[in-house]
Amino acid sequence: MSHPNLNTFFRVALCGALVLSVAACSKKVVKPADAPMNNDSSANTTPTKPTGKYTVGSLEADSCLRQRVVYFDYDKAEIASDFRAAIACHAEYLREFPGARVTLEGNTDERGTREYNLGLGERRGNAVNAALSSAGASSSQLNVVSYGEERATCKEHAESCWHKNRRVEIVYSSKQ
Amino acid sequence: MNTPKNWLKGLALLLLALSAGLAQAQGLSIDIVRGTASAEPIAVVPFAFEGAGVPPEVDVAEIMRNDFNRSGKFRALPKADIIEFPTRQSEVKFATWNLLKQAYLVVGRVRDGSNGDLTVEYELFDVAKQQAMLIGKPISGQRSDMRGLAHKIADDVYEKILGVRGAFWTRVAYITSSGSGNNMNYALMVADSDGYGPQTVVKSHEPLLSPAWSPDGNKLAYVSFERGNSAIYIQDISTGSRELISANKGINGGPSFSPDGSRIALTLSYGGNPDIYIMDLATKKTTQITKHFAIDVEPTWMPDGQSLIFTSDRSGKPQLYQAAITGGDATRISFQGEYNAVPSIINDGRSVKIAMAQGGGNVYRVAVLDRASGESKMITPGSLDDHPSFAPNGSMLVYAATEGTREVLFAISADGLVRQRLVFADGDVREPAWSPYRKR
Repeated sequence: MSHPNLNTFFRVALCGALVLSVAACSKKVVKPADAPMNNDSSANTTPTKPTGKYTVGSLEADSCLRQRVVYFDYDKAEIASDFRAAIACHAEYLREFPGARVTLEGNTDERGTREYNLGLGERRGNAVNAALSSAGASSSQLNVVSYGEERATCKEHAESCWHKNRRVEIVYSSKQ
Repeated sequence: MNTPKNWLKGLALLLLALSAGLAQAQGLSIDIVRGTASAEPIAVVPFAFEGAGVPPEVDVAEIMRNDFNRSGKFRALPKADIIEFPTRQSEVKFATWNLLKQAYLVVGRVRDGSNGDLTVEYELFDVAKQQAMLIGKPISGQRSDMRGLAHKIADDVYEKILGVRGAFWTRVAYITSSGSGNNMNYALMVADSDGYGPQTVVKSHEPLLSPAWSPDGNKLAYVSFERGNSAIYIQDISTGSRELISANKGINGGPSFSPDGSRIALTLSYGGNPDIYIMDLATKKTTQITKHFAIDVEPTWMPDGQSLIFTSDRSGKPQLYQAAITGGDATRISFQGEYNAVPSIINDGRSVKIAMAQGGGNVYRVAVLDRASGESKMITPGSLDDHPSFAPNGSMLVYAATEGTREVLFAISADGLVRQRLVFADGDVREPAWSPYRKR
């Protein structure tokens, strides 16, 4: 039932895509064999020295850090390039404040079954988790919770609404 | 004549109508959307009250007529078309019912039982043969349970005529939600199979989903987010006591009891992505059934308890797969439509049927796959139809649909010919799960 080769290929491809999509990843693209598999310890890249760019107040004041929602295409979990700057900012903040903790809340639109959407929401949460990890956040700072389609912010049965619901919210449970 | 007595009677009737309307607004209302010409005609004569006290508030015969109509197997003669009112065999004139083209006739009466109970007696006749088919055993119950008695009688009549146990005296569990933003209210509800008598099993401000019945009909497993993440509980419906059985990191979803009730299939994602597991309920030990990077969800037991049907997007889109509980490769079993999910399975005595939400793009409907013939048939007409659940005799299903901006429930005959809307008055209603048979 297991497809280890395909599995590895998929994860490597995903990680590769994430690494490419995150601005903070100025380091070389890791070789497939060393690719971080998940938010386990291997995903912790060596932290660069914090720049001291942010204070706790920056979460409310800084326009980049105030962006806390990543949106997705239908039935997809790839992070679009529009969000790479915001993810880099949050990764940097998390590096500067090792006590800070975030919950990555994965959400979907209403199409598809509720249980499947729990899986899809988690896949999206894991994608943001991997991107933040790749950019230097510690896995111990990150927690993924999938709500599937249960927490729609918009209730019309149309794409105008659905695209707002396909999202990961970056929620700080501890700021420092 | 405008005597005070008549005036009072009028007021009483008005109050009765108002309270009936209120009861309906609180519960689920009924309306048959599409009938079928091939159904067997049956007349259910109003049951006479022969007791000394207050007559029952509910119309036993009317409840039975609605049951028969909803099943798609019968077409009940409307109450207004009934012109004679026999209450026992000696009063039946078969010529009348023959003239009205009725195949079957049910008569009955209600009398006082012991301890304030009511007792119902009834008889079923074959009109063409002019013979009694069934002299029902007197059946007693409290006044508050007259709807239940009516469903039990309808079950017996159904079984006598069709040779299959009726499933009217059963229940449906479902999830309701109302409110918006941070002020959401979710509830897991249980109502009679015709939508009457809704009762709250559990309430929460956090999402509730995926109710599943234990095979004895005493418990419900469900997913609750009350701890901040998905977790699975099993709750005893009559006592309200409950047990947390799974609160792992990641997803805890899709509970499904094994046919013998000793195990429960789950979706867990602590291993990195959602896979199917089986938990032994005595030891709480879990066994992993699928191991795949795809999303594997919605495990549902085959009636023989030897394999699970589940939804997986391993081919790119969600489709149904079958895996033995002993492990091994999963086999894809759904091929019509680009999307198939949320299976409900029944062995209706002829073959195993698997209902599913089937579709693609923006249109999703309920389809039924016959495992013996391999044929799959769409049975619902909506555009966002979801979450089918078979009645225990396989004759009907309940499913969720979207009307305008609201989620509502429909009951539908397995052939798709008769549908009945079950509308909740306030908010959305979804994820219906039809109960097993109740113990007679």
